[in-house]
Amino acid sequence: MAYSRSEVDALLPLPLATFHILVALAQEDHHGYAIMLDVERRTDGALRLSAGTLYRSIQRMLEQGLITETSERPAPELDDERRRYYRITPFGAAVARAETQRMANLVRMARVEGLSPGRA
Amino acid sequence: MRFYRLLLLLYPASFRREYGADMIADFARRRRESPWALLDSALDVLRNAAAAHWDMLRQDLRYTRRTLARSPGFTLTAILVTAIGIGANTAAFTVADFVLLRPLPFPEPHTLIRLCWGPRSGGGWGCMNQLSPANYRDYKSMTSSFQSLGAFTGIAVNLMEAGGDPQRLAGATVTSEVLPLFGVAPVLGRVFDSTGGGSADAGAVVISYGLWQSQFGGDARVLGRGVTLNGAPYQVIGVMPPGFYFPSRDAQLWTHLVLREANYEDRDDNYLEAVGRLKPGVTMNQARADLNVVAERLARDYPAVNGDAGFSFFAMHDNMSPRYRLMLLGLCGATLCILLITCANLANLLLARAGARERELAVRAALGAGKERLVRQIVTESMTLALAGGALGVALAAAAVPLLALLVPNTLPVASQPSVDLRVLALALAITTLTGLGFGLLPALRVGGGTGGGLSALREGVGAGGGQKQRLRNVLVGVEVAMSVVLLISSGLLIRAVWRIQAVDPGFVHESVMTLKTALPRPKYDMTQRRMQFYTRVLTDVRALPGVQSAAYITGLPIVMYGRVTGVVIPGREVSTRFRDEVASIRFVTPQYFRTMGIPLLRGRDVEAGDIQGRPPVAVVSESFARYWWPSEDAIGRTFESRGGPRTVVGIVGDVKVRGLERDNEPQMYASAGQVPDTAFINDDPKDLVIRHSGSVGALLPAVREIVRAADPEQPISDVRTMDDVVAGETATRRAQLRVLGALAAIALLLSGVGIYGLLAYTVAQRSREIGVRLALGAEPASLARMVVSQGMKLALVGVVPGLLVAYWAAYAMRALLFGVAPADPVTIIGAVALVLVMTLAGAFVPALRAVRVNPMLALRGD
Repeated sequence: MAYSRSEVDALLPLPLATFHILVALAQEDHHGYAIMLDVERRTDGALRLSAGTLYRSIQRMLEQGLITETSERPAPELDDERRRYYRITPFGAAVARAETQRMANLVRMARVEGLSPGRA
Repeated sequence: MRFYRLLLLLYPASFRREYGADMIADFARRRRESPWALLDSALDVLRNAAAAHWDMLRQDLRYTRRTLARSPGFTLTAILVTAIGIGANTAAFTVADFVLLRPLPFPEPHTLIRLCWGPRSGGGWGCMNQLSPANYRDYKSMTSSFQSLGAFTGIAVNLMEAGGDPQRLAGATVTSEVLPLFGVAPVLGRVFDSTGGGSADAGAVVISYGLWQSQFGGDARVLGRGVTLNGAPYQVIGVMPPGFYFPSRDAQLWTHLVLREANYEDRDDNYLEAVGRLKPGVTMNQARADLNVVAERLARDYPAVNGDAGFSFFAMHDNMSPRYRLMLLGLCGATLCILLITCANLANLLLARAGARERELAVRAALGAGKERLVRQIVTESMTLALAGGALGVALAAAAVPLLALLVPNTLPVASQPSVDLRVLALALAITTLTGLGFGLLPALRVGGGTGGGLSALREGVGAGGGQKQRLRNVLVGVEVAMSVVLLISSGLLIRAVWRIQAVDPGFVHESVMTLKTALPRPKYDMTQRRMQFYTRVLTDVRALPGVQSAAYITGLPIVMYGRVTGVVIPGREVSTRFRDEVASIRFVTPQYFRTMGIPLLRGRDVEAGDIQGRPPVAVVSESFARYWWPSEDAIGRTFESRGGPRTVVGIVGDVKVRGLERDNEPQMYASAGQVPDTAFINDDPKDLVIRHSGSVGALLPAVREIVRAADPEQPISDVRTMDDVVAGETATRRAQLRVLGALAAIALLLSGVGIYGLLAYTVAQRSREIGVRLALGAEPASLARMVVSQGMKLALVGVVPGLLVAYWAAYAMRALLFGVAPADPVTIIGAVALVLVMTLAGAFVPALRAVRVNPMLALRGD
């Protein structure tokens, strides 16, 4: 799918929940609850997405084309029939990368000014 | 778990359908992990459900903005039409609320009452007749229903301040009970003292906030200031707060009315009105029963005066002519008609649009938008239109309300200008919402119903618009026509009524008569002789002016002053007990009054300069007076008793409409100004100067001013007007109402015309292919035009019949306003129906033309 640099930039900066959901879906497809657990584990429990926030984010991300619903199912023993699975789109991956880059730039800038964590 | 399912209902249905199952599954797991899951989830749902609705609304609004911007003609029409409907209703409700619903601006307003003299039957409205001090005292002392009861009478005074010009002001002289019983404290100083028997405050005056501001610049040192009222020194003791109006809006000051023993002697000298407050827990009916007992006793004890007299007793808030009430209700009814028409018009516009958009909607439905999403989208659109129209409508109403001020009766103690306030805004919002939902849901549900139809819409290409939809649109146009008929007939009937009233002969010739007031102050002019010197000097000089044919003075002008009636007794005859018949309106006049007013002197003579104190008292009576008392004899030379003794009839004149063109009138008697007793109440003094002249008032007035100044430099002049204006003023309220109603009828006619045009134009567009085929097969273009026009006529007739029925019902309900015009007045009905048919023809003209001009080749090539 073709997308332009400006389409990507238009979405930045990403809402926190959106970014975390993209990160959770970066390696494999997940259903909603798994995304939530993944985010919670990755942030050591610091960020816990509520059901409402999660599904509203998912709805919006579907409309924006960041993620897509997938019909492929994982191994039967892991599958939960009732659930919908989501997969990151190439556009979603590009947006996530751009957001990472944006934050990395911010961090580098702050470091140059001597704002590293752990230093006095 | 069930609770969580219920909570999920708060989400938009589409969201729930999409994610509900997942959320329930998530919740099931979470609940196993945490005891607080339910609480957490509940809070989460509340927060996010609102946000989800908001997301959707924003999306719909974005979409609405795009679609409305694409068809600016439709958008503008819809907003304007809504604005007219909502504006008219908001304005009408503002006035109706102000006059009919809102309590008076006093504490516990429902316990405030008015008490007057009146017919035994209790008929009529408002203050039928004034009370004499003796009757007032008896009503006050013998009843137990009132917490407080006081008496007052309106006054007009000349206010002089040192070095200033004299000013003419209206006010009231009130007993000490009156001002405190309203429960409104003065902003400055105090009101009259009720403890000292009242005489202490004899020279005190309480002024209105308005007068304080205009005359004394709002200076707090006004207290204790001396002013001159009617030549006598007074001292300002208090200032009432803004918004305090009593007894009427124009009252600017209040003096202290002290009733002395001498005032109670003549039980037939009626000049007081009473105002009071009911005791807590006492109802109007209980008080009325209480008063009835007293009335019966007074009738027994004083049959000559109180024979069959009763009282007028009413809540202060009801002191308005039933005509005002009817007019306002009529106005509200008319604006409701307009609202119905605008709603029908809008529903039609949206239906037509929905027809045109059927394909677009079907595409969206095919792409997975649920029915609920589409309905929501359409309702968002109609609500947006309604809110925009509503906002514009409220602005229109705010601009229109001052024009409706004439519909606020001046007998109520409220400000003259209603304002658009929060209550009204709330109502406007409610109407707007209802309108938006009403005209939005109808087309929306039709779309919703068309899930099967949606597919056919896709297939057929052109939105075919089923027969059912066409029928619905016909009905809507029928409603518009019906409402227009109702409004046209109502306005027509009222126009006929006004014509009829204007055709009533007032009994005098009002053209070329100028009038002004010079109220001579007491005690300077206590003596009748002193007053006569003033009148004679002024009249002699005025009569000598070029262009003046005659001039005279009288106690009160007909139509301007209703009251001042007196009982009539014929010596030797039994006192009858028929209230209205046995009283006559009494006026004191100088010579030439009848000539000046153009009242025909039928027999006998006019009052003469020689009819002064010490000579036998004379009276000129009206024809009905003579006929009532001496039906088969000559009245000239007969004697009767009234107000202070016997009078001999010396002349008979024509009757005049003392109480105005629309009311019944007592017989009239005129006594000589030179024979007013010195002790008479000031109301008997002649004050009104009437001058019959040729030429303009503007040229005459300066000369008259100069003459009055020469006679008494301190004497102000007020109430300059022509009798033409007085008579025209009689129908002013009606004409104001008529203008409003007429404007509404015109709007209604226009809107239905637009409705008919829209429907026919749509039909012609739909059928252009068929018309093309017919033309190609050799049909006469004229027959096609006839087809379109006859369809329009059918639409109109469908509306006319129910419209006539509703109009008859409405006219019957307001027949009190019709002044004898029949509710089914054929001229009005024919006129209204003709107008509707003309409007239909006009609406059908352009579509018919289009039908004729259909190019068969283009139409057939079509799709």
